[in-house]
Amino acid sequence: MAITDIDVYAHLTESDVETLGAELDAIRRDIEESRGVDDARYIHRTIALQRGLAAGGRVVLLFSNHKPAWLVGTALLSTAKIIENMELGHNVMHGQWDWMNDPEIHSSSWEWDTTCPSVQWKHSHNYIHHKYTNIVGMDDDVGYGILRVTRDQRWEWWNVGNPLYNALLAVFFQHGVALHHLEVAKLRTGQKTYRQALKDLRLIGVKEVRQNAKDYFIYPLASGPNWKTSLTANLTANLIRNLWAYMVIFCGHFPDGAEKFTTDEFENEDRPRWYLRQMLGSANFRAGPLMRFFSGNLSHQIEHHLFPDLPSNRYEEIAVRVRALCDKYDLPYTTGSLPGQYLLTFRTIAKLSLPNALLRASADDAPETASELRFDVRGGLKRHFGVDPATGRRRGLRTALRELADSRVAATQT
Amino acid sequence: MDLLRWSTRPARDVEAVSPRTNVIRGLLARATTPLLPDDYLHLINPLWSARELRGRIVDVRRETADSATVTIETGWGFSHEYAAGQYVGIGLMVGGRWHWRSYSLTSIGDPDDKRISITVKATRDGFLSSHLVDGVEPGTVVRLAAPRGDFRLPDPPPGKILFLTAGSGITPVMAMLRSLRREMSERDGATVEDGATVDIVHIHSAPTRDDAIFLDELEQLAAQWPSYRLTLHLTSSAGKLDPESLGEDVADLADRQCWACGPAKFLDALEKLFDHEGLEEQLHVERFAIARTDHGGEGGRLTFSVSDKSIDIDGATTILEAGESLGVQLPFGCRMGICQTCVVPLATGYVRDLRTGEERREGERIQTCISTVSGECSIDM
Repeated sequence: MAITDIDVYAHLTESDVETLGAELDAIRRDIEESRGVDDARYIHRTIALQRGLAAGGRVVLLFSNHKPAWLVGTALLSTAKIIENMELGHNVMHGQWDWMNDPEIHSSSWEWDTTCPSVQWKHSHNYIHHKYTNIVGMDDDVGYGILRVTRDQRWEWWNVGNPLYNALLAVFFQHGVALHHLEVAKLRTGQKTYRQALKDLRLIGVKEVRQNAKDYFIYPLASGPNWKTSLTANLTANLIRNLWAYMVIFCGHFPDGAEKFTTDEFENEDRPRWYLRQMLGSANFRAGPLMRFFSGNLSHQIEHHLFPDLPSNRYEEIAVRVRALCDKYDLPYTTGSLPGQYLLTFRTIAKLSLPNALLRASADDAPETASELRFDVRGGLKRHFGVDPATGRRRGLRTALRELADSRVAATQT
Repeated sequence: MDLLRWSTRPARDVEAVSPRTNVIRGLLARATTPLLPDDYLHLINPLWSARELRGRIVDVRRETADSATVTIETGWGFSHEYAAGQYVGIGLMVGGRWHWRSYSLTSIGDPDDKRISITVKATRDGFLSSHLVDGVEPGTVVRLAAPRGDFRLPDPPPGKILFLTAGSGITPVMAMLRSLRREMSERDGATVEDGATVDIVHIHSAPTRDDAIFLDELEQLAAQWPSYRLTLHLTSSAGKLDPESLGEDVADLADRQCWACGPAKFLDALEKLFDHEGLEEQLHVERFAIARTDHGGEGGRLTFSVSDKSIDIDGATTILEAGESLGVQLPFGCRMGICQTCVVPLATGYVRDLRTGEERREGERIQTCISTVSGECSIDM
């Protein structure tokens, strides 16, 4: 049934939430005040690297009839597309680099190398998704209108195709992202007119033509007799980028522990509780420097959702402080290995093709969604939270979740 | 022709000296979309891009103790067909951020010379001007905005001119003098228009001879050019130049077109005098800084609703400066309230014009570079 009373779910008092909010504000301020030459150098180098890889890949692919050239060129091009979409496009459009006052690296002017027009993306992602994150019925990214990712979404007969839609979305991810702005869920319910959708579609069409003409017509044409291998190289590079972007985004939002919320929660929300919702609603995955870079620093999805417009190269240091806050308030910090997070995600998607009647857990206490009631449904669980007078340690959500898991294990053993 | 329009479409907003360039740029951009070829090429040579006009500082030459002439090699797309007296916007990256100011060009446009120069005086509160005079290294890449401004001589120039300059106000007038001199030498003898010589009276005011920028060049001009009369007014010995006495110094004031540039107070006094004499049509002034009067607004909260950012500012900070400190992309040009590039509609609240103290309210279109918040306001940017 998703979380309605976020304070109770998080096992925090009103003043706890206020101080947590102030501490997160302090992190934001520190980063904002320390942005400078090093950060500017980072983004300039990333841009130079990305364009170098793209140009290099295009040149090598002119000789794509040779197998090694095909492999190298496709690798270069895939890498360039991944960096462009993740570390550059997504982050620049969030305004992470607007502070540099550079018209060429600015959210208002950046257009990215994918079929989704940036102006639509900034609305559906920066605004709808980042403001209403994980509120079932408000955030279109909860299933993108085609997937059932939480049992809070009512089951419809066509949801049986959930794993299939998932696979199609992964393969054609860039087109899925482009069509996302049509808001099919709102079209179905009549909240959006087909006339408006047609207008959006026209803009998408223009960019689809431009992008596809470049990858599947101009470069194969420039490759002359090698047009066939050039075409397959471009298809492969786009596919690799699609799969990777899909993977990163799904592992940031749909593993177990990324909680969902009700519209009632949103109506009683202020800034500190918005922070709290972002922390509880996102999931990270463990990554070394290289994987972090290729994920556009979205391996730090929690930090990104807390501070979507702070420079991505700072998420790693922000994470240290966010983890410390999670320890202090005994809050969960949802993370895991990339394959692990994906398995959890896929399990949810596969399972939710079935109606709730065939599922064991209730929407108040399921792996992918829960509510504050989850701590009421089992007998024998301690309801109190706050500092334990005996040990001096805070007993919060993290401990409560562990106790819940332990009791579940105990229940199955008896 | 439609095919031509189609070819140039990706390069629609890009400045190009020759229209043919944008056909090529537009065609190549089909292979680089969503970028332009320039976005790749400027990584090889920083001047090979016209998406944003760029330049490279080639020389910083000291003029006086606190001023210097900065020579800049310009990149693709920068038009050298500007008029003497116009100014150029310069963006310099300091501490990872781009900072922008406008300066009068002291070079005169020449299509064969890919260089421009500005002469900058370091002012006490001028963060960027001190940086340009003292700190900038040759080789530094700067951003440029295309030259503009109405402070320019008509073509052909009038027969009788009065230049009134004070301090670094000499810079746009120096460009005018250089261009007049070139025009004359090109026309084979010192005649223009209907054979008459341009008769110039120039009164320049500076604290001491050492502080006077371009003094050598001005005196040399006066020596070689009989119809150019220079009067140097040194304020350290003679006191401030009094516009009231202008009528006595320049007997034929009523016959002359006057171009004046200098501190705000000086220009205010001149405007009053010319108004009084009924000669306001003959006075052309360039204010190279916002005249921040004591009309300052009350300050208050400024909100950029689209960027979802807000800031509390004092009554002396402009909306443009505040927006830039938050990283909100606002249009701008001269940054002194004359070019109207920065005009945006005021969504809610009140602002105050820093020059006049006039208050403007929601729905009006305001110049962000000379307006500050008065209480509270928001802008849809």
